[in-house]
Amino acid sequence: MLKDITLGQYFPGNTVAHKLDPRTKILLVVLYIVALFTAKSLLTYGIMALCLAVCVRISRVGIRQLVRGLKPVLFIIIFTGVLNLLFTPGETELFSWGFLHVTGEGLRNAVFMVLRIMLLIMGTFLMTYTTSPISLTDGLERLLNGLKRFHVPVHELAMMMSIALRFIPTLIEETDKIMSAQKARGADFESGNLIQKAKALIPILVPLFISAFRRADELATAMECRCYHGGEGRTKLHVLRYESRDYVALTIGVLVVAAVAVLRRLGL
Amino acid sequence: MSTMIETRDLRFAYPAEEQEQPVYALKGVDLRIEKGSFVVVLGHNGSGKSTLAKTMNAVLLPAGGKVYVEGLDTLDERLLLEIRQRVGMVFQNPDNQIVANVVEEDVAFAPENLGVPTEEIRRRVDEALKAVGMSGFVTHAPHLLSGGQKQRIAIAGVIAMEPACVVLDEATAMLDPVGRQEVLSTIHRLNREKGITVVLITHHMNEAEEADRVIVMDAGQVAMDGTPQEVFSCVDRLCSMGLTVPDTVDLLDRLQKDGVQVPLDAITVEACADAIAAAFSAAPEN
Repeated sequence: MLKDITLGQYFPGNTVAHKLDPRTKILLVVLYIVALFTAKSLLTYGIMALCLAVCVRISRVGIRQLVRGLKPVLFIIIFTGVLNLLFTPGETELFSWGFLHVTGEGLRNAVFMVLRIMLLIMGTFLMTYTTSPISLTDGLERLLNGLKRFHVPVHELAMMMSIALRFIPTLIEETDKIMSAQKARGADFESGNLIQKAKALIPILVPLFISAFRRADELATAMECRCYHGGEGRTKLHVLRYESRDYVALTIGVLVVAAVAVLRRLGL
Repeated sequence: MSTMIETRDLRFAYPAEEQEQPVYALKGVDLRIEKGSFVVVLGHNGSGKSTLAKTMNAVLLPAGGKVYVEGLDTLDERLLLEIRQRVGMVFQNPDNQIVANVVEEDVAFAPENLGVPTEEIRRRVDEALKAVGMSGFVTHAPHLLSGGQKQRIAIAGVIAMEPACVVLDEATAMLDPVGRQEVLSTIHRLNREKGITVVLITHHMNEAEEADRVIVMDAGQVAMDGTPQEVFSCVDRLCSMGLTVPDTVDLLDRLQKDGVQVPLDAITVEACADAIAAAFSAAPEN
């Protein structure tokens, strides 16, 4: 059960999509989201889907992996779809049943809404699939560097994020161990209703938290021993540098957003 | 030889509950650790050996007395980074001292903190990984390595600071015998080839066999101090402090108590075998 967690999963590769600067990829995702929310017609949605398809093709990430990312949010997708379908007021009524009315506008809204969420999630997942967590945090840190002027602790946040990512496998392993230890003492995690199941988690969470605090304390000491003293004066093993492919990718991104915006203005 | 670390009447107490007398973990320790030496600090739990280690790079500050690292006072806050760069520390649990999720990023952590230029960091990372025999693992994920490998990565992370001294605080305690051997041979090689001073805190007696000097801590004080031969010859004294002796010395001690004339200072297995063989060939009537 613990093996299924795919937080920030990364599929190593050597394609252009992998080699792009993480900052470029983050910016592209932002542009992509802007374009998605600007899109309003079948044509513009089609363009966005095509863009995603091209990116997926370039990155060589399997479609199946991408679709699997949709599973956890399936409920939200269906919920939004149904809600839009049933409760959009409109002129052209397709059929009605009691207080429920399905209108042409409703159908249109529902389809677009579902498309939008799906494209949104697949697009962002494509970024995490092709970018290692460490370069992702690195990219975020560099992108948000300007916020330091407003006393936003950018370096500290990036550090916390990368340590959190580093400790996910360690803590998963530990949880497995604690679960086995509690099972050996006769703990039962499977039976009972939801409340009983939730209660059964307490003997796992308490030792896990205590151990996490102990680890944090030891890690902090170890970091201090290695001369960590905040982000000031820090250098990097890997320095991020924009290459020509980054400029090309960003230009394409901006052009797509512009095209979608123009099409929207034209009412298409 | 010049002095690497010097402690003068070093005292340390952990914070006590209100209205209680603080318990001193170190009660006046005077030590001089020579540059380039390999020193093993032994002691049972609560003898103050880990506390002593942590005062050596200003993780803990003395409550009384002084600690000098190459003449630098650890109480001087401005010297903190310089002291920590000179004395690297490796801890017991490898999982809790690896910061990054790629081996090379973790080894680069200390030089990055010190503001070393990028090309120089690259050189140091490659050299440190080579020094611990982990060159083939540059882009691996640390959590997929064995305990001994992780601990060697932790050592590489410290070596990358180019320290003059490495303190290992029970760094072998959580490892299996294979992992322990990996780590021990790595630090012995670093000591021999790079001249790095090693202070190894442990409660495994046989890790002290090849040391230049053995210090035994008991109740916050230095109880014994000398070569492994000198220290392990005092079998009864070590036993009274709750420590065991290496198996070889134990065997020789039992033979001696049964009236066989053997020396107690043959610590390695070969030396022990030779000593026993010599004793029996000299006295064939036994």
